[in-house]
Amino acid sequence: MSEELMQQILSISFYGASLALILIGVYGVLTKKNLIKILLSLTIVDSGVNLLFVSLGYIMNGTAPIFSPAIMDGKIEVLKTAPMVDPVPQALVLTAIVIGLGVTAVGLALVIRLFRHHNTTNIDEIRNLKW
Amino acid sequence: MSVLTVLIVVLGAIFLVVGAWYVLTRKDLLVATIASSIISLILSVFFLILQAPDVALTEATVGVALTTIIFVVTIRNTKRMEE
Repeated sequence: MSEELMQQILSISFYGASLALILIGVYGVLTKKNLIKILLSLTIVDSGVNLLFVSLGYIMNGTAPIFSPAIMDGKIEVLKTAPMVDPVPQALVLTAIVIGLGVTAVGLALVIRLFRHHNTTNIDEIRNLKW
Repeated sequence: MSVLTVLIVVLGAIFLVVGAWYVLTRKDLLVATIASSIISLILSVFFLILQAPDVALTEATVGVALTTIIFVVTIRNTKRMEE
C-alpha cells in the first residue's frame, strides 16, 4: 500500500468513527426512555467528541508533543523533518474527559434521587416536576 | 506508519460503531455498561496511535474503571432491567 492511500484510510476511519459515535449517542439521548440509558448515550457522545478533537490535531508521521529528540538536541531544523502533533487539542481533551466524569456522576446521583421518590427510572412515568 | 496500524484502526473503528449500537439496544443495563467500558478501551488504543499517550492513560483509567464503577453502583441502587 502506498503512503497516501494509508493516510486516506486512516483519516476516513478516525473521522467516520467519531462522527458515527456522536450520531449514535444523540439518537440514544433523543429516543431512549430509561434515564440510565440516556446517561450511557451521553458518555458515548462525549467519547466521540474527544476522538474528533484529538484526530483533528494529528499530523502524519508526527511524534508525541514536547518531549521529542529534536527538542532534546536543541536543533530546530530537525523539527521540519520530524514534526510533533498539536498539543492544544490533547490538553483540551484531557480536561474534557475528567469534566465528563463529573457530569456523569452528578446525573447518576439525580437518577438515584428520582428513583427513591418515584420508584421508577422510566421518564414516561415521571410526570410531576415536584419533589 | 505501517500496514498493521491501518488494519488495527479500521477494525477498531468498526468495533466502536458496533459497540455503540450494542450499548443502545441491550435491555440489560449491566451488559450495556460493560460494553461502554470496552468502547473506552478501544478509544484509548486509538489515542495511543494518534500520539497522545497522556490522553490514552486518562481515558483508560477514567473511562474503563471509574465510569463503570459509578454506573454499577447506580444500577445496584435502581433496577437492572430496562422495561
